[in-house]
Amino acid sequence: MEFAEHIKTANVEDVVLRQPLQPPSRGTLCITGHHLLFSDREESDSRQVLLLLRNIDAIEKRMSGSSGTITMKCKDLRVLQLDIPGMEQCLNIAHSIETLSCLDCVSAMYPFFYRPVDLSLPEQWGLSSPEMHYSQMKELYEKWRLSTVNRDYSVCPSYPPAVIVPKSIDDDTLKKAAKFRQGGRFPVLCYYHKKNGMVIMRSSQPLLGANRKRCKEDELLLQAVIEGSDKGYIIDTRSMQQAQQARMTGGGFESKSFYDRWKRFHRQMERGKALQESLIKLVEACGDESNNMDRWLSKLENSKWLSHVQNALSTAGLLVECVERDGHSVLVHGSEGTDCSLLISTLAQLIMDPCCRTMEGFLGLLEREWIQARHPFQQRCAHSAYSHARLQQESPVFLLLLDCVWQLWRQFPLALGFSEALLLRLATEVYASDYGTFLCNSDQERCALEVKERTHCLFRALLRPTERDYYSNPLYERTELAIWPSVHPQSLQLWKGYFLRWTQQVRHLEEAQEEIRNMVIEWGKLARS
Amino acid sequence: QKYYHYVHLFLQVEQVRLLDRFSNKSVHGTLYLTATHLIFVESNSNNSASAGHEVWILHHHIASVEKLSLTTSGCPLVIQCRNFRVVHFVIQRERDCHDVYSSLLRLLRPVCYEELYAFSYNPKQNDQQREEGWQLIDLGAEFERMGVPCDQWQLTDVNRDYKVCETYPRDLYVPVTASKPIIVGSSKFRSKGRFPVLTYFYQEKKAAVCRCSQPLSGFSARCLEDESMLQAISKANHNSRFLYVMDTRPKLNALANRAAGKGYENEDNYSNIRFQFVGIENIHVMRSSLQKLLEVTGTRSLSMSDYLVGLESSGWLRHIKAIVDAAVFLTRAVTVEGASVLVHCSDGWDRTAQVCALGALLMDPYYRTIKGFMVPATDASYYSIRGLYALRCDQLDGDPKEVSPIFTQFLECVWQLTEQFPQAFEFSEWFLLQIHEHVHSCQYGNFLGNNQRQREELQLRERTHSLWAFLMSEKRNHLNPFYSPAYSEAHPVLEPSTLPYHFKFWRSMYHQFDRSMHPRQSILKTILTLKENSRKAESTLQALESRLQQLGVVPVATSDPPAPPPTRDQLSNSHSLPPRPDSLILGAPINHKEVQRHEEEDEQEEVGEEATESTDTERTVEGSSGTESRKQSYGELEGTYNSDLVKEEPAVVSLEFGVARMTC
Repeated sequence: MEFAEHIKTANVEDVVLRQPLQPPSRGTLCITGHHLLFSDREESDSRQVLLLLRNIDAIEKRMSGSSGTITMKCKDLRVLQLDIPGMEQCLNIAHSIETLSCLDCVSAMYPFFYRPVDLSLPEQWGLSSPEMHYSQMKELYEKWRLSTVNRDYSVCPSYPPAVIVPKSIDDDTLKKAAKFRQGGRFPVLCYYHKKNGMVIMRSSQPLLGANRKRCKEDELLLQAVIEGSDKGYIIDTRSMQQAQQARMTGGGFESKSFYDRWKRFHRQMERGKALQESLIKLVEACGDESNNMDRWLSKLENSKWLSHVQNALSTAGLLVECVERDGHSVLVHGSEGTDCSLLISTLAQLIMDPCCRTMEGFLGLLEREWIQARHPFQQRCAHSAYSHARLQQESPVFLLLLDCVWQLWRQFPLALGFSEALLLRLATEVYASDYGTFLCNSDQERCALEVKERTHCLFRALLRPTERDYYSNPLYERTELAIWPSVHPQSLQLWKGYFLRWTQQVRHLEEAQEEIRNMVIEWGKLARS
Repeated sequence: QKYYHYVHLFLQVEQVRLLDRFSNKSVHGTLYLTATHLIFVESNSNNSASAGHEVWILHHHIASVEKLSLTTSGCPLVIQCRNFRVVHFVIQRERDCHDVYSSLLRLLRPVCYEELYAFSYNPKQNDQQREEGWQLIDLGAEFERMGVPCDQWQLTDVNRDYKVCETYPRDLYVPVTASKPIIVGSSKFRSKGRFPVLTYFYQEKKAAVCRCSQPLSGFSARCLEDESMLQAISKANHNSRFLYVMDTRPKLNALANRAAGKGYENEDNYSNIRFQFVGIENIHVMRSSLQKLLEVTGTRSLSMSDYLVGLESSGWLRHIKAIVDAAVFLTRAVTVEGASVLVHCSDGWDRTAQVCALGALLMDPYYRTIKGFMVPATDASYYSIRGLYALRCDQLDGDPKEVSPIFTQFLECVWQLTEQFPQAFEFSEWFLLQIHEHVHSCQYGNFLGNNQRQREELQLRERTHSLWAFLMSEKRNHLNPFYSPAYSEAHPVLEPSTLPYHFKFWRSMYHQFDRSMHPRQSILKTILTLKENSRKAESTLQALESRLQQLGVVPVATSDPPAPPPTRDQLSNSHSLPPRPDSLILGAPINHKEVQRHEEEDEQEEVGEEATESTDTERTVEGSSGTESRKQSYGELEGTYNSDLVKEEPAVVSLEFGVARMTC
């Protein structure tokens, strides 16, 4: 195996492992191509720790005399420490972890090797496909069609082969409209609101440029979306100023003169590097041991993470207001249309559509909006908050989504069919996983690497009966109403379950959750008897 | 006929608008002023069948009334309450407004105790029931439970006539070796005569928690009796060679006191004491801190940054943390080191009371039950010994400088603990909120008077009712469904983390009446309902089984189930459910009509909103039209499983019946 060259020392005896919430234990450490394995020497109740190397975000090594200490900071925010006897062994281990934890080659990653005995590779990968989604939505048939213009990924490399567009627009028009949108991401349907037939569309920014180009086909396409209605709304996830500046680099926004029936709102949402830095600051604040209230509050404020949560929820609220209350269709985009647009369209669907709030519904929603419509997971989640590596394309947009969903769950604990545990699991899996779901940056790349043939699908695994029981919300009660979140700062909270996951206090909360589950199960039994 | 038509009405003003604090919404209605309440009744323009929304404000709850300058729409009147309700009325005519304002000012502050509500409140109990209510609190029995008196601690009658210390109760526990001359001598050396007495006894290690006021040491004064008093306390505990003396003030404050002839214990003069400052700020700092906090959280369209910056600069959570830190220190000293601790601050009431009560709560699982919490934490630590209670809560027209949110702070500390240990407390947040409500309502006799002497003079036991009786009768509604006695057995002593991120803003307290802030669905309420239903199902099952047995039929597993299990909806709609308090925190039902109306208003508002291409096209979703109304629309959902619980503030409503009967 090609990993062998990175592993000079595979086994070390007499290593001490310190991990949060547990007493230190002494045992054997073993490094493989993808894992770090530790098993303690206790005869009775022996414990093993299996850690995906990919999960390790940063390591620090400290030598003292003939032994060394390696501190491993994981992408799930856990901090582990290994005391290794022997300087050379310690350096070798550290080297192996450093190299193997950030291999670039996708096809060498663990999902391609993960073969659990009780699970054969699926015939169908993923929960659904655009084709299946369309065929299930009979309401769409009248005015919308499934276009396969992108079947060979030539029109838009980041879209799936099939997309839903207005029936009156043919494929040639789509091709031309795609040329007018960054990355070819022409407006496609992402949500149909059954109550009033209004839709949410999603795209990237139009390529107006400095000399205000226009594109008849793009205008036609958008016109077709609001056929039969008096107007539509565009939610641009950039500020007015940012959108104007984008014109200098060839981008821009839909101007009033050419899209006269569309009204624009600008809502500045943080993305990219700023968001990653926000996460880094927050995690740093959570690890601050200085025990000073003022310092904590000022660091929390300074990280701006909660502001981003508030902003995302209130922008999603605006989107829902347009569709549900005002009764008009909406087009959402920022610049690339692969980050914030997905974030708010996902949240909006969760708020409006009861079907998206079941466990299948939610996972299906994530698959449609984030996997098929392409969020570049590979780039965005290469590193988490501890890494010392220079920031490239990392940005915790997906984590921000999970945090927002958690806030929704806090405010509507009965309305969502899944529990906090599912959100935590997803937050872990997106950074390091046994499954192929979050590999690659687009559908095209996934096909090229045969991800769908050679890896397991996380979403399908989560829906197996035992897992489903564990991740479902015992108090779930379906409601047809929209669940409007409160976005007052007093109503939002730090997501302790994630950011303070490895503290004793959060364990207490988890125990209480477990207690709820047991109680409800018991009552269920009683009711049946 | 409405009940408020029976009572004596001072004033009735039509065409009053009630503005929402955080949005542009308002409702029209009528304002009534009675001898005890200010009542706003929403006029129901659409449908007369549905009762309009009502707001009841007890005069005792009102902290301030402010008349703002006249506007085009009328004369604004802002009322702030001690339970953190803030109402903003707009009264059309200036004269009406002035009438309400001046009448309120007159009614607000009773000048003598007999005018307080507790003396007229009649919850339809006979004397025996009332007596039983008061017997729930028995301090003697409580000390017996702790194992006192014992070979080292005894009851002293030195304060029989309140001669030695006026602000202490009659029955006090001191070390066996502390003779009367020592006690009297010590009391002369302590501010306000408050000599060291026992407040909690940790039986397992025979360690005691004692309290007193600061010594009158000045720069160099000594008192041999006081020194032997501390020696006696130390000697009463064989597990430890030394005694901790905790001064809960910041060192600077204690130093400053020395100039006034007071101060703190000099370690050189006392044998085997370990002296420690814990740095809790004084009541004046606490008062202005809370004021700042409320100012920040009362801001409309508050941004996240401003909120967090305001939270920090108010210092409120820092103070809460300081109190919990002190309690944790106390607990560790007693339970881990097995040492006795003497706690004091300046006069030995505010900070000392908070820390001792909280420490006891951490050490003893009994105090974390509903019955346990009421006896020692509030009564014993709180005011029997402590005094100045009425002043601190501003019940009578007193010096505003002496008013401070000490009790609120204590309840908040407890709440912070319940958040960290969801399984350790028998009561829920709602219990704490109820207590807070009634501390200020003056509806029950428990919190009146400054000390036992005054309370005896007022004959509170004979003339008023006990809150605890009411709370016990409502016990079911105050239960924490996650409470696990097994957990308490496994963790008799709680060790909370006091890292800053474990302290949160207590929204349910400070925004109690701001409906839009709270979660729209409540886990607590759902679980309580489920639990109640399952309990019923179980008893039905048992009843049926025993009936079958009587009939000589052996139940067969495969036979038809006795009755289909009732669903949550069916059960909660039946009238058999116990009346559950309807707090906003637990999600009060909202009138459907109201919802519709609000939605209509929204549409209109939105028509006017235009997105322009100019620089700023941002609409405010937060706080304004959007969010507010959205939440209203959710009311429908809540109403569905909760239709029989419509009345707001049940306690106050039932109280009204009492008054109505009285004045008829």
